[in-house]
Amino acid sequence: MIGLIDCNNFYVSCERVFNPSLEGKPVVVLSNNDGCIISRSDEAKALGVPMGVPVHEVKYLLEKHKVVMHSSNYPLYGDMSNRVVAILQELVSELEIYSIDEMFLDFSGFKKAQLTDLARQVVKQVHKNTGIPVSLGIAPTKALAKAANRIARKEFPKERFFKINENEQEIANVLRNFPVESIWGIGRRYAPFFKKHHIETALQFIQAPEGWIRASMGVTGVRLWREMQGMPSDMLDPDTLPKKNICTSRSFGELLTDYTLIEQAVASFAVRCAEKLRRQGSCAGILNVSLHTNPSRKDLPQYHNSATMRLAVASNSSIVLAQQAIRGLKAIFKEGYRYKKAGVIVSELVPKDRVQATLFSDDQPEKHAQLMAVMDAMNLKHGMDKVRLLSQGYDRRWKSKQERLSQGFTTNMREVVILKI
Amino acid sequence: MQTYAEGISIVQFDLTQLANCDISWFDGGISAGFPSPATDYMEQGIDLHRELIKNPSSTFFCRVEGNSMEGDGICDGDIIIVDKSLPAKDGKLVVCFLDGGFVLKRLKITGKSVYLLPSNPRYPVLNVTDENDFRIWGIVTCVISKK
Repeated sequence: MIGLIDCNNFYVSCERVFNPSLEGKPVVVLSNNDGCIISRSDEAKALGVPMGVPVHEVKYLLEKHKVVMHSSNYPLYGDMSNRVVAILQELVSELEIYSIDEMFLDFSGFKKAQLTDLARQVVKQVHKNTGIPVSLGIAPTKALAKAANRIARKEFPKERFFKINENEQEIANVLRNFPVESIWGIGRRYAPFFKKHHIETALQFIQAPEGWIRASMGVTGVRLWREMQGMPSDMLDPDTLPKKNICTSRSFGELLTDYTLIEQAVASFAVRCAEKLRRQGSCAGILNVSLHTNPSRKDLPQYHNSATMRLAVASNSSIVLAQQAIRGLKAIFKEGYRYKKAGVIVSELVPKDRVQATLFSDDQPEKHAQLMAVMDAMNLKHGMDKVRLLSQGYDRRWKSKQERLSQGFTTNMREVVILKI
Repeated sequence: MQTYAEGISIVQFDLTQLANCDISWFDGGISAGFPSPATDYMEQGIDLHRELIKNPSSTFFCRVEGNSMEGDGICDGDIIIVDKSLPAKDGKLVVCFLDGGFVLKRLKITGKSVYLLPSNPRYPVLNVTDENDFRIWGIVTCVISKK
């Protein structure tokens, strides 16, 4: 059997651990630059605050109900996620970290009765030890465990645990009331399609003929279809496959006119992309840089443009990518506009050991690789961008807004919880 | 390794090795273990983190402001190590959330009554009732005072 742990409303729950006065109140956490809502407490959900929408679109609702807003505090969330994982590792022999707030647990080898006791212990212990509420779904496959978790959260708010046994009849009974759009991977993309074909529930989905599923959803759909019937089928996990392109783009904290500041931002975005490439062991052959004014400021002149560069040799060196990004920026930058956002996208990714060298390149990939390894090690130890390229600069004006940021309660000795005694 | 003259040898340090070194991280932002040729021997040193923290995943650091717990030797500015996994019992030093703020007091449970005791006679004993927004956050396992 496979278990799926879901840390409920994870970012909001992290904020609540260190600020318990937020319990029972509507709370949301905002994305980079305080733009969109990316985590909601149950109270905020009940008020009808939607997921993923820009704050300004629901400003009225947020203000009317005094919804508490927080900027995203990723160092805190990362640390709390690691703690949850560490506790789970003590309780089960194997686990797979699916995302910052979801973990698959291997429960094979446990007897039925044991399993229920263990599951209750997992849910209780994670909550007690970290303050993060979690729910647990257990089932014969990953896709069913995901469904079981949803049922645990929706229908058993006290126990936060639900199990689907390896039994055709039991699976059918559970899926009869499970909406098709809530199946893992169906979502908004396929839901209208299934509804059009009168498939409303997960039971109807698994009863559809395999050939029809294959024709409409491809091989991934067939895997999902099997998994939902209780047959483990190697769910291809899109998140763990190496990414096909990597993008770093941000809105600036304020509108910028000064080329130097934008160059610092673009160089920093290229460095972020290079770091992500190195982490997944690939090199990029193409780099695209884009620049935008703010389209919602109708009173200002509008301009946006992008430039695409092909690298002589695919690279993951911060130096090479920043040089190319700046070259592109110089080609598209125009004086006289107030810019809101820039982005760097790297694509045509190849594994780093399969990079095609050319005879006529001055770059020395080996030297770059050594230097980058040292930079990564130093920045891991001393903090992001401690060692940086000159072109990244130190001006902070392009940095995103984080006006409602909580402290580094678990990662910075100067920002720990204060006890008034 | 190349030997140049007797007794002197120059070791070519492979920069990429630095990236593979295990760099220890501590939750409190305190880091230790700068990679060095002595890395192999470092485990024999005393690691206070390991000595003082039995359950790293449920342990948090806090800092004290005030002097109501002076009788327990807990002074303004001290660092407190708190374990959330331990059970709250009568007589324990606890960190709790009381009416909007974190406090550190000694827990006293008699029958159905819950009290928070200071250890400085100039401060009052707090009787926790249903009126209070009260929850126990964690148990104090260690106090670090800089003298």
